Amino acid sequence: MADKPLPAVGYLKIPENGKPYLQGCKCSSCGAVFLGERDNCSKCGARGGMEEVQLSNQGELYSYCIVHRSFPGIEVPYVSAIVDLEGGGTVKGNLINVEPEPDKIPFGMPVEVVYDDALGRKDRDGNSYLSYFFQPR
Amino acid sequence: MTDAYVIGVDMIKFGRFPEKTVPQIGSEAALLALDDCGLKIQDMQALYCGNLGQASGMVGQRILQEIGQTGVPVINVSNACATGATAFREAWASVKAGLYDVVLAVGVEQMGKGLLGGGGGATGIPKEGLLGSGTMPAVFAEAGMEHSRKHGTTFEQFAKVSVKNHHHATMNPKAMYQIETPLETVMNAEMISYPNTKLMCSVNVDGSAAAVIASESKARELGLMNRAIKVRASVLTSDPWQERDLVMPDVNTCTRLAAKQAYEMAGVGPEDVDLIELHDCFATAEILHYENLGLCPDGEAGRMIDDGEVELGGKIPVNVSGGLLSKGHPLGATGIANIYEVSTHLRGEAGERQVEGARIGLTHVIGLGSACGIHILEKAS
Ligand SMILES: [Zn+2]
Repeated sequence: MADKPLPAVGYLKIPENGKPYLQGCKCSSCGAVFLGERDNCSKCGARGGMEEVQLSNQGELYSYCIVHRSFPGIEVPYVSAIVDLEGGGTVKGNLINVEPEPDKIPFGMPVEVVYDDALGRKDRDGNSYLSYFFQPR
Repeated sequence: MTDAYVIGVDMIKFGRFPEKTVPQIGSEAALLALDDCGLKIQDMQALYCGNLGQASGMVGQRILQEIGQTGVPVINVSNACATGATAFREAWASVKAGLYDVVLAVGVEQMGKGLLGGGGGATGIPKEGLLGSGTMPAVFAEAGMEHSRKHGTTFEQFAKVSVKNHHHATMNPKAMYQIETPLETVMNAEMISYPNTKLMCSVNVDGSAAAVIASESKARELGLMNRAIKVRASVLTSDPWQERDLVMPDVNTCTRLAAKQAYEMAGVGPEDVDLIELHDCFATAEILHYENLGLCPDGEAGRMIDDGEVELGGKIPVNVSGGLLSKGHPLGATGIANIYEVSTHLRGEAGERQVEGARIGLTHVIGLGSACGIHILEKAS
């Protein structure tokens, strides 16, 4: 078992010394920003030339829905949100610390990315995980 | 190149048939379509079979093992919810190319109940409910909310789609459900993913549909032109790169691209189309496609549903079959079932729900991931 939480997804990076962040990459030919790592650009077709970038923790709410029915064991309701990050990159995740009511969740709301335990979920080896969430700023 | 015609087409009544196998369900529609044009399986030069749930299970061959092992080529197709339309299109392309004179396309699916999508990876921890939701109702709710953001579309307007399509289905004996669902019933149904309630989600059903496609000379030789349906356009697109597409599936851009190509290929515009069967996998999705298919300018889809323009008897009836919301959505069969519906109207055989004087119709499906299939059909002259 790892002595520290593992990242819930590959594009969440946990540096040895420093704060966790979301990792993306940027095409050096056309400037398209992608979540995570990749070799080639699916916007312009450029081969190689992807530069690793640290994505911003600031963004705005692009779209969302309020999930009332999910799989057994998953707490509902919760807000599934699409967030555009400042400087590029779009990420999906849970929007927390808001009332799950449509009139309480304005489009374009400024949000920040926060990092916390992955809702207590552990893998079969008992490892804990670190995940990311959005909350209003 | 020859023109290609649908000479036989049919579907089974959608329902739940756990006691049957997928090939058995597919065989039923295949035989119905053959009967529709009076041909036999021995007349078919190839079989294009669409199925998703058993994509590696040689469903097409197993259909022939049910109804006639003639040794013809079988092409099994899987393309998400565009599976049936893709099988149909491959069949059409083979006739257009002159490879065959008459071929069979079958779409079939046997579905479980419950939420689709949201499956996690094999390693680590489950992501559903941790990184938002990947269930289909949530994904299409988010797509609908994007429309709300841009155009102020309301929960009530989305709900009206479901009222309309359920009403249409009361006139379709092959639909899964024939029940009226008034607006209050739709809006007060169990909320699945706001703004989609349970009655705004397509029905998971088992079903099959099939079409016999022939070249013009073959259709004439068989004396079948009087009920034949000309395929004026067949288009398939995938998702072009869009800023958010890899995180938030974009059903709009691939539909707009397909619609543009289809109208060009057919030499018609949206104003020439008399009825449309489009991919209302969720009520939110239908609203988006009024604009994507050019039925109205951007931002007017909400007004279209409010004004009743998309009802039977309206300016451009949409999903008079009851749509995926009430007819049901057996994934691999849906694309061909749409072609059956439009063909039935063009033949003037749709009974109570007949779109009067229908001359040109359009079918549309979206497979998330993504694939968009559009066909424009016309009664042969
Ligand atoms: Zn690029």
